[in-house]
Amino acid sequence: MKTHDKSAREPLLRIVKRESMPIWKSMLIRVIAVLAGILICALLSVLVLDNVDFLKFIKTLFSGAFGTERNIWKLGKNAAVLLCISLAVTPAFRMKFWNIGAEGQTLIGALASVAVAYYLGGKLPTPVLLALMLLASVLAGAIWGGIPAIFKAKWKTNETLFTLMMNYVATGIVAYCLAIWCPSNGSVLPRLAYGHLPVIIHEYFLLIAVTLILTAVVFVYLYYTKQGYEISVVGESENTARYVGISVGKVVFRTMLVSGAICGLAGFLIVGALDHSITTTSVGGMGFTAIMVSWLAKFNPLVMMGTSLFVTFLQQGAAEIGSAVDPSFPNIIVGIVLFFIIGCEFFIGYKIKFREKARKGGSAS
Amino acid sequence: MNKPIALELKQITKRFGTKVVANKQVDLTVYRGEILAILGENGCGKTTLMNIIAGIYYPDSGSVFVGGKEVVIRSPKDAFAQGIGMIHQHFKLVDVFTAAENIVLGVNDGHKYNIKEVNKRVSEIADKYGFRIDPKKKIYEMSVSEKQTVEILKVLYRGADILILDEPSAVLTPQETEKLFDVLRRMRRDGKSILIITHKLHEVMAISDRVAVLRKGEHIATVETAQTSPAQLTEMMVGKKIEMDIYRPMPENVRDRLVIKNLSLTSAEGIKMLDDVTFTAKAGEILGIAGIAGSGQKELLESIAGLHHLQSGSITYYNPKKDKPITFYHKSFERVMELAGQGMLRYADGRAFTGKDENGKPLSKKTICAQVEAGEILFVEDEVINLREKTPLQIRELGVRLSFVPEDRLGMGLVGNMDIVDNMMLRSYRRGASVFVDRKKPGDLARTIVHDLEVVTPGTHIPVRRLSGGNVQKLLVGREIAAAPTVLMAAYPVRGLDINSSYTIYNLLTEQKQKGVSVIFVGEDLDVLVGLCDRIMVICGGRITGVLDGRNTTKEEIGLLMTKTQTEQKEGTESENA
Repeated sequence: MKTHDKSAREPLLRIVKRESMPIWKSMLIRVIAVLAGILICALLSVLVLDNVDFLKFIKTLFSGAFGTERNIWKLGKNAAVLLCISLAVTPAFRMKFWNIGAEGQTLIGALASVAVAYYLGGKLPTPVLLALMLLASVLAGAIWGGIPAIFKAKWKTNETLFTLMMNYVATGIVAYCLAIWCPSNGSVLPRLAYGHLPVIIHEYFLLIAVTLILTAVVFVYLYYTKQGYEISVVGESENTARYVGISVGKVVFRTMLVSGAICGLAGFLIVGALDHSITTTSVGGMGFTAIMVSWLAKFNPLVMMGTSLFVTFLQQGAAEIGSAVDPSFPNIIVGIVLFFIIGCEFFIGYKIKFREKARKGGSAS
Repeated sequence: MNKPIALELKQITKRFGTKVVANKQVDLTVYRGEILAILGENGCGKTTLMNIIAGIYYPDSGSVFVGGKEVVIRSPKDAFAQGIGMIHQHFKLVDVFTAAENIVLGVNDGHKYNIKEVNKRVSEIADKYGFRIDPKKKIYEMSVSEKQTVEILKVLYRGADILILDEPSAVLTPQETEKLFDVLRRMRRDGKSILIITHKLHEVMAISDRVAVLRKGEHIATVETAQTSPAQLTEMMVGKKIEMDIYRPMPENVRDRLVIKNLSLTSAEGIKMLDDVTFTAKAGEILGIAGIAGSGQKELLESIAGLHHLQSGSITYYNPKKDKPITFYHKSFERVMELAGQGMLRYADGRAFTGKDENGKPLSKKTICAQVEAGEILFVEDEVINLREKTPLQIRELGVRLSFVPEDRLGMGLVGNMDIVDNMMLRSYRRGASVFVDRKKPGDLARTIVHDLEVVTPGTHIPVRRLSGGNVQKLLVGREIAAAPTVLMAAYPVRGLDINSSYTIYNLLTEQKQKGVSVIFVGEDLDVLVGLCDRIMVICGGRITGVLDGRNTTKEEIGLLMTKTQTEQKEGTESENA
C-alpha cells in the first residue's frame, strides 16, 4: 500500500502544446471568442448603463453599424481609411520592423496635401492640383518613414521609439502650420475650397474603391514579387538574408519608404475625399488601431479587409450604445472583445490538461 | 546483478501534440554503482526520457520509483530532492562568477553563506573524484571542459546520487573525454548511478556497464556491455544491419581551387577568431576540418562566403575556365572588359580579344555582347578571382559557384516558416528581369530533391520547420548541390541526423568530389573525418595546427593537434608559476 502525501501528486493543471488543428476548428474557436466577448460586454452594459437590456444592447450594436444606409456608408468609409493605414504598416511588420509611426506618417501626408491645396488652390486646374497633392503626400509619408530606417541601418537605433517620437514631431509641425495659416481663427483651418476628389456614385465610393485596389496591389507585392519575398526573408531571419546576399539595410530602407508612402496616400485620401482640412488629430489614433488590425489578420492584406471591417463595426456600434454616457465607453467594448480574440489564440496553440483523477484514485486505494 | 535498485521507470509515455510520441511505455532500471549508457539515434526520445527524470518534462502516464518508493518529479527542484541531477549539453553558468559561486548558487540549505567554506567543500568533492579545478577561478577564464567540470560539481554539491549526463563528450577532445571517464569510474566506485546519453558506440563500449537502447521512443532492450558488440548495438538502434564503411575513392584531377593566405578575423568584441590561417582547398578532394566546437570553423567558412569583414589575408579563387567560353554573369559587361584588359580572353581561332577590331577601333557594347553570347570568346587561362572584401552577392555576380551549407540550418541556411518551394528559391529568386518571383522552377527543384533524396514530407508547401532535422538537412544540401557548385562548404552537415541520413549526406559529398568539386567538410566525429576526407586540417583557437593525410592518420594524432595551442599555453603558465 502506497501512501500519497500532498506534495507528491501530479500537478493539477498542465499546459500541453497542440500539434495542429483543422482550420474549421480554429475558426470556430475564434467565433466563440468573439461571441463570448460580446456577451461579456452586453452584461457589463446592462450593469453599468441605465435603460439598456441585453436585447437592446445587441440591437443597438448592429443598428449603429448597419441600421441606416448612411450608417453603412459610414462603416465602409471608416473601415476603408483604417484598412489603408493597416496596409501601410504591414510591409514593415512582415519585416519585423516595428513601425508604430503610422499616425505621424499619415498626418504628415495629410499636411502635405493641405499645404499644396492651400498655396496652389485656384491657380492650377483641379486634376493637376490633385496629382500634385498626391505626389506631395506620398513623398512626405515616405520621408517620414524613411528617416527611422536610415537611423536604424546606420546607428542601430530602436525603431519603435524612433517612429513613436516622429508622431509627436508630426503633430508639432501641423500645429505650427495651423498657427501660421490661420492666426486669427484660433488655429482652426476652414474647409479648403480646392483639391476635392470627384464624387462618383457616393461621396465615399472613390475612397473605398481606391482602398480595395490598394489591397490587391499590396497583396500581390508582398506575395508575388521579388521585393515582397526579400521582405519575408529579412523578417524571418537577418542571418539568412545576409547568407543569400540580400542587403538588409537596403531592404529595410526601401520597405519603410513603401510603408510611409502608403501612409501618405492615406493622408491624401483623408484630406482630398473626407476632411478637406486638417487638425492635429485628423488621423484620430487610427495609426495605432491599424497595428492591431494588421496583427489580427496575421499580416495578410486580404484577411485585413475583414479585420478592419470588424474593428470598425465594433467601434461604431459601441459608440451608438455608450458614447452618450462616456466617450471612452466604446473603447472599453472594443478592448474587451479584442482581449477575447487575442486570448483565444492560446487555446488554438495549446490545450490544458487536468489531473487524471481516475488513474491516481485507482492506485491509491 | 544483485546491486540495489536506484531508479526505476515504469511504463513512461510522453507525447508532444497528438502525433509525436517521444516515449512509449518505457521501462528502465538503474542500479546503484553502475554506469548505464542510453543509446539511440537523434530523435529516439533519449533526451526526453532523461528530462522527465530530471523534472523538466512531466510524463503523460507512467511512474517513477527512486529507491523503491514511487515519487512525483514536477520540477528540477523535486529531482534534486530525490538526489537526481542532470548535466545538460548547454551549460547554465554565470560567466563573471567563480566556480564555487556558481556551484553554491541557488542552494538553500539553511546555512549562512560562507564562500570560504564553500571553496573548501568544492575542493573536497573535486579531490574525492579526481577533478582538477580551482574553485576561485572565474567561468569566463575557463575552457569548455573546465566548465563541464563545474556543472558536474554543481550536481554533486547538491548531494546527487543519480547523475545524468547529456552527450558529455560532444564538446571534448578524445584526451579530455578519457579524463572525464576516469572521474565517472571513481563515482561509480563510490556507489553513484550514472546515466550517460550518447550516440557514440566506442564510448559506450569503453565506459558503460549496461546499455539501454531506444528506438523511435521505445525501449528496445537493455544489455550488458561486456556481452555485446558495436555491430549488434547498431542493429538494435537502427532496426536493421548497416554497412559501416564510408566509400572513399581516390581523388582525381586534383588542382588548386581556393587558396587562402594569412587570413585574420577579429570579432566585434575584439576577440581574435581567426589567426593567420593559410591553406588550399583543391578540386576533386574532400578537405576535412577538425577542431573542438567554436575554434573558428564557423568563422572560417563564413569568411570565405563573404559574411565577415576581414582584417587581413587573401582569398583567391581559381575558376576552371581555361579554353572555355566566357558567359554573361549577372551585370558583368565591365568584368568582360576588365578581363580583356588583362589579356585573359581570346577568340576561338586563337586571336587575342582586346575589345577592339583589327584596325584598333573599339567594338561597340552590342557587338561584344553578341560575341559573348555566341560563345566566341574564350578564356586563355583559368580565371583568377579575388574573393576578399566581396559580399555574397558580388561573389555570385562574379560567376563563382560557391555553395555553403551552414551550421545553423534554420537560422541561416533556410527560413523555418517558409515552405519548401520558397526555401528552394532563396539562392536563385533574383534570376530574370521580372519584378515577380518565378515559383515554377523552384517548385520543380523542390519535387526533384524530395524525390531523389527521399525527403519525408506531406508536400512541398509545408513550412520546413515542421520537418525533422534529417529532412531539413537533405533539403539544404540538395539545394546547395543543385546550384552545380565548384566549391561546396558544409559545416556539421550530419549533426542531429540518424545513421541512414548521415550516410546519404556522406555519399552526396563524395559524389560531388568525383565531379571535380572542391568539398570542405567541417565535422565533429573524428571517425567520420578519418573515413571520409582526403586531407584533414586541424584548427585550434583560430589557428591551423596541422594538415594531415586522411588515409594515414589516427584520431589520436588529430586529437593532439586539436588542443595544441591550449597545452602550449598551459605549459607556459605553469612554468611561470614555478
